[in-house]
Amino acid sequence: MTASADQPGDRARPTRTDALRAGMRVGWGLAAGSFVLAVTFGATARQAGWGVLAPVVASMTIFSGSAQFALVAGLLGGGVGWAAVASAALINLRFLPMSLAVTPALHGGRLRRALEAQAVVDGSWVAAHLGQGRFDRRVLFGATLPQWPAWVAGTALGVLLAPPADLERALGLDLVFPAFFVLMLVDELGSPGRAPMARTVGATSAVITALLLLVVPVSPALLGGSAAALLGLRRHGSHSVGEVRGR
Amino acid sequence: MLTIWACIAATAVVGFAIKAAGPAVLGARPLPEQVRAVVALLAPALLVALVVGHLLGSRWSGLDVTVLAGVAAAIAARLRKAPMLLAVVVGVVATALLRAAA
Repeated sequence: MTASADQPGDRARPTRTDALRAGMRVGWGLAAGSFVLAVTFGATARQAGWGVLAPVVASMTIFSGSAQFALVAGLLGGGVGWAAVASAALINLRFLPMSLAVTPALHGGRLRRALEAQAVVDGSWVAAHLGQGRFDRRVLFGATLPQWPAWVAGTALGVLLAPPADLERALGLDLVFPAFFVLMLVDELGSPGRAPMARTVGATSAVITALLLLVVPVSPALLGGSAAALLGLRRHGSHSVGEVRGR
Repeated sequence: MLTIWACIAATAVVGFAIKAAGPAVLGARPLPEQVRAVVALLAPALLVALVVGHLLGSRWSGLDVTVLAGVAAAIAARLRKAPMLLAVVVGVVATALLRAAA
């Protein structure tokens, strides 16, 4: 694994040739977590009466674990369809600022950029972040490429085998996803060059998210925690004032 | 079953639109400076939120000592320069052993 992929917090921009490969190296690790989670999704959806084909098609087309679980939960016991879709959409709302952030790194016109933005998923987006709000689109693509087939294959396996819910827990496999995110966070915030502001924002996000989780579901709590990035406006404002005063 | 298929289709379309909205509106134009200031800090903010969300869950119902111990083991392995995948495996094994011992 190259330094660029292995240490997201301390990245130099990889060369064009290496970037896709570096992204894929990160992607394989994330794919392992996706696969485990997808098996659980497939089994859950099957038990919820989705049949064999629908969960797999959902994974192929929606490609968002949190949204798919929200959809299953929302439809359980004859839940209202539009409400289930709305909760899944709310969970996916975090992709709005994320795709907006990568837009300058994408290529082509509006349509091509909109298509390229479909590669945005949590882990890939973080892996592609070069720092200071800059992104490498090839790392983004490379990191997402292994995750999609892993997500679909895991769903199919979960649907077909329907393993007992406690097997994943007994094997400790429920740790895979949070562990990956924690390690990416360690790399992101732990590098010597990382600005103290990023750490302040991270700490603020932790407090906001933890408090919100006590009163709202996970998705709005994630959005609320992400709002800590708005502290950047304060820094931007103070810089602007400083620049004006310096003139 | 028809409701399930309709909901899958609707969620897929809405998900596509959410990701496409920013690039479709912005095109090749650079982000405004204020937005860039926020975007630069979005990665750590979102990553921390994801970690806290995974570890605590809604109403903190996901809080699990064996998971926290596994995460600590993974971090320790990573800080000892273990590759990311190996560090995760260390965490998974630690969690599984703790649960088996409980």
